[in-house]
Amino acid sequence: MITVDNLTKRFGPFTAVDSLSFTVKPGEVLGFLGPNGAGKSTTMKMITGFLAPTSGQVTVYGHNTLDDSLKAREIMGYLPEGAPSYGDMTPLKFLRFIGEVRGFRGAELTRRVQSVVDALQLESVLNQTIETLSKGFKRRVGLAQAIIHDPKVLVLDEPTDGLDPNQKHEVRKLIQNLSKDKIVIVSTHILEEVTAVCTRAMIIAGGKLLVDDTPQALEARSRFHGAIRLELTHAEGALQQLQVLDGVKSVESSENGLSLTVFPEAGVSLFLSINDLLQKNNWEVHEFHVERGKLDDVFRTITREGEVNE
Amino acid sequence: MNNFTVVLKRELASYFATPLAYVFIVIFLMLTGVFTFFLGGFFENGQADLWAFFNFHPWLYLFLVPALSMRLWSEERKSGTIELLMTLPISLRDMVVGKFLAAWLFTGIALLLTFPLWMTVNYLGDPDNGAIMAGYLGSWMMSGAFLAIGSCISAATKNQVIAFILTAVVCFLFVMSGFNLVQEWFTGWALDWVVDAIAALSFLTHFNAIAKGVLDLRDVLYFMVIIIGWLVATAIVLDMKKAD
Repeated sequence: MITVDNLTKRFGPFTAVDSLSFTVKPGEVLGFLGPNGAGKSTTMKMITGFLAPTSGQVTVYGHNTLDDSLKAREIMGYLPEGAPSYGDMTPLKFLRFIGEVRGFRGAELTRRVQSVVDALQLESVLNQTIETLSKGFKRRVGLAQAIIHDPKVLVLDEPTDGLDPNQKHEVRKLIQNLSKDKIVIVSTHILEEVTAVCTRAMIIAGGKLLVDDTPQALEARSRFHGAIRLELTHAEGALQQLQVLDGVKSVESSENGLSLTVFPEAGVSLFLSINDLLQKNNWEVHEFHVERGKLDDVFRTITREGEVNE
Repeated sequence: MNNFTVVLKRELASYFATPLAYVFIVIFLMLTGVFTFFLGGFFENGQADLWAFFNFHPWLYLFLVPALSMRLWSEERKSGTIELLMTLPISLRDMVVGKFLAAWLFTGIALLLTFPLWMTVNYLGDPDNGAIMAGYLGSWMMSGAFLAIGSCISAATKNQVIAFILTAVVCFLFVMSGFNLVQEWFTGWALDWVVDAIAALSFLTHFNAIAKGVLDLRDVLYFMVIIIGWLVATAIVLDMKKAD
């Protein structure tokens, strides 16, 4: 369990993190969302004990990250932003070094290193110096060192940055498999990632917590949530008939009128009634799609509101 | 094996993973040769000792040791690995001491590789090997003091060039304060104890005594105090400004 209590960090006159409070329970995958400079990385640096907060405190399974820092660091794995590692070392030597620091020796050390090498598919580059590796491999070496001791708490600052779509998928799968009884905190500005891996999402802007909810609930905040998109071959009368349908709040149509988006009243499902209407009129449908909600839409609305309120 | 040896091992291995170690050792050996035989007049002295060799070590260290110490922490800052290192379960003391000892052992290795000189002087004459041992020990202690100063300055900046120059300047002050020129400049108008204090602070005063074969515990203690003092300062600097 992680408790963040009134966490504040100021750099001179600039407030990077502004009295942030929350708790994270085992099994949760918490996603930090926010524009650049929102305070995500600073918050993570304070959780991992790298930065001392200006005020407030963080406790990780009862260990304060300031007074009891070593104990807290032992149970955490951390991938810093940009995945820094020693460029003149090979991944094998680097991972063995991290493993030794984590207290593993001999056969156990070899086993641990091998298991993360397998998990992140590093076999092919094990004996090449890290500075010669591609961005994707560097990131995976960084992830490997973070999970080598099977930590209770995993803090990952933009873990999929610089990876190709296949690698992103692999990393997300890895996070999902890890997260059964662990606390995982991930920061990202890729919104699809939040729906893919997180059980909880926090939107931070200007150092303040704006929203703390499940990704599904966030999607439901979108005006597109439950909206139905239609592509028709003939448009005659469709717009008028849809507009008067029960539960329809509004209808937006493209210029030629063939592509329509029907927005429902709050809490109403339009699937059946529109389906009936289509069959009754015998309209030919190219596409029929129920929107789950657009996260980036929600993200923009919330972070803009945050700016206005300042 | 605790974390301090893990850090030491990684650090020492990293010297040899790059050309740095080999360049340093080759230059060091060449320069000690040049200084000893040409500037020091090893043969002309006609004495079976290594005074001509040790005499130039302070000046040699003045620009070679900062080149070694500048990367200790600056590089970690520059590449961002400081964030990785400081969030690993290693105490600050283990990090500072581990890194310093790696560099110190490295200068020890370079120093030991000058053994052909020792063999030469033993072949040519009948030197006081105890005095030579003391000279080596004194030289190594002095290199540790240079390194500890460099470690602290390196911890304060992410720019290795700045670390190099500042370390060289601070070390220069520590060496010069025992030089006759400086001493003469102070004598006459400054109080006697001030002049003595400035001289006592100098690397030269303490090193010369050891290099001549007089192994006084106070001189060894002096270097130990300098080393520990600057390492404590390193830890304080790191703790104060981890992130920037």
